[in-house]
Amino acid sequence: MKTKINYSQQDLDQLSCLANKIRCHIVKMISIAKSGHPGGSLSSAELLTALYFKVMKHDPKRPDWPDRDRFHLSKGHCCPLWYAVLAESGYFSVEELNTLRKLGTTLQGHPDRRAKGVDVASGSLGQGLSVALGMSLAAKMDKLDYRVYCLMGDGEIQEGNIWEAAMACVHYKCDNICALLDYNGFQIDGKTEEVMNLEPLSDKWRSFGWHTVTIDGHDMKQILDAYNEALSIKTKPTIIIARTTKGKGVSCMENICDFHGRAPNEEETKQALKDLGEN
Amino acid sequence: MEKMYQRDVYGKTLVELGKKYKDIVVLDADLSGSTRTSLFAKEFKDRFFNFGVAEQNMMATAAGLASCGKKVFVSTFAMFASGRAWDQVRNSICYNRFNVKIVATHAGLTVGPDGASHQALEDLALMSVIPGMRVIIPCDGPQTKDAIVAAYENEGPFYVRLSRSKFPSVENLTGFELGKAQRLKEGKDITICACGIMVDAALKAADILKASGIDARVVNIHTLKPIDEQEIIDAASQTKAILVCEEHNIIGGLFSAVSQVVCENQPTKVCSISVRNRFGQSGEPDELLKKYHLDSKDIVESAEKILKA
Repeated sequence: MKTKINYSQQDLDQLSCLANKIRCHIVKMISIAKSGHPGGSLSSAELLTALYFKVMKHDPKRPDWPDRDRFHLSKGHCCPLWYAVLAESGYFSVEELNTLRKLGTTLQGHPDRRAKGVDVASGSLGQGLSVALGMSLAAKMDKLDYRVYCLMGDGEIQEGNIWEAAMACVHYKCDNICALLDYNGFQIDGKTEEVMNLEPLSDKWRSFGWHTVTIDGHDMKQILDAYNEALSIKTKPTIIIARTTKGKGVSCMENICDFHGRAPNEEETKQALKDLGEN
Repeated sequence: MEKMYQRDVYGKTLVELGKKYKDIVVLDADLSGSTRTSLFAKEFKDRFFNFGVAEQNMMATAAGLASCGKKVFVSTFAMFASGRAWDQVRNSICYNRFNVKIVATHAGLTVGPDGASHQALEDLALMSVIPGMRVIIPCDGPQTKDAIVAAYENEGPFYVRLSRSKFPSVENLTGFELGKAQRLKEGKDITICACGIMVDAALKAADILKASGIDARVVNIHTLKPIDEQEIIDAASQTKAILVCEEHNIIGGLFSAVSQVVCENQPTKVCSISVRNRFGQSGEPDELLKKYHLDSKDIVESAEKILKA
């Protein structure tokens, strides 16, 4: 069982570089699809890049490997990010990203088991932490030491189901669960603090019995340290609350609520790729 | 015939299956005593999880367990299994085609004194409308065991509907086959199609009708989905009319399913003994069945009226 992730400055630089590449994929595929959710995909890019390329035990050639660490995308609308990470990991080709949301594609508008690397579909918000709980309980029953990672959106945790699951994960002492919260502060109708305030957020999770770590969700070092901290916590689950910027890395999208669920037009795409340093 | 609780049979069957198969996991939401999953919990502590009063979490957790190869039986009352957690059942369980077997007890009016809030009369509609979901309504204790075993042995999601009250066992000479209706009594004048507790009422009604010279066929449609189309087409072509009996709202249950088969294949007159778009209320099961016109006397009167028309 992995107890600590060792990393060098070079690793951090490479991961940041890769996260940038993932962002380019996100912008391009949503632009080609002419619909999709760029804002929250861009804000979680570092979190998921670090997970798939440094933290998780997985093998693209054996997506059914019973010992693999599990990842579940509870905020299913941010699947462009997941698809990009899966493609870069080798689950399917990068070219396939261009089929996002097209008729007959394995890359559905919200994740679906047709896509290699996707264990459980998602899209209807608030159910993912429960799915992760099921995966965690199965590991305990089968005496397997895989870990379960689950990425949630901040607006998403307004769903009551999340808090039912939050209670149960602690009740069943699921220390193999590491939840990730992309706290970018925006949901479809506006700022979370205006639509439905989430604060005091880490107090809420702590009062439910979770170990909480709050970090800058774009800082690779803080991310890996947080994953390491989660690995060391026993008898209770951990949630990494990642403060992020919605639309991160793209000037016309950063903190712009409209880009929660809108594709960039041709000009915006050009500018976005320029912002991300791709010619 | 011997009366028994379907849920007693369910609990015992789970224990038998649990001994044989290590991949079975059972979940409940604070009703394990009533649903009888407590029997499994006692025997297999490590494979039982109580979720407290949180059905949505229970259903989505079942999906997570199933994604790791478990065959998951999930129980609570029919109202909460079908209503409270519908989105989780649709999106996390059925859309993924997972091995989650929802066994819901306390369905229908015969919940009795608890009243309308607990009397699920819409559950068959809610569950059967989901693609890939299979729905079984066993007619008595012995058939409950058959249904549970079939749910275990067949891949994919199931909804099995059980009752709170004791049921008389139905004399049943043919074996249970998923998706195959049972012709319990031959007849040429009218076919009475029934499910669940209404099967016994239908057989009683057929006996009364016989005395007044009406030869009624009785068919137990224990599998609502996939429904046995051929048996319904036979009923439509070989008898003069079909009378559907169900402890469910007239919308979306057995009457709807039978009517659909008839309309598409062999149009004939189809009438119904159902709850007519109403909520239930408190009362004893027998009183409620009478009040809502679901007893054997209603079936007799309805059959006579149809054949006279």
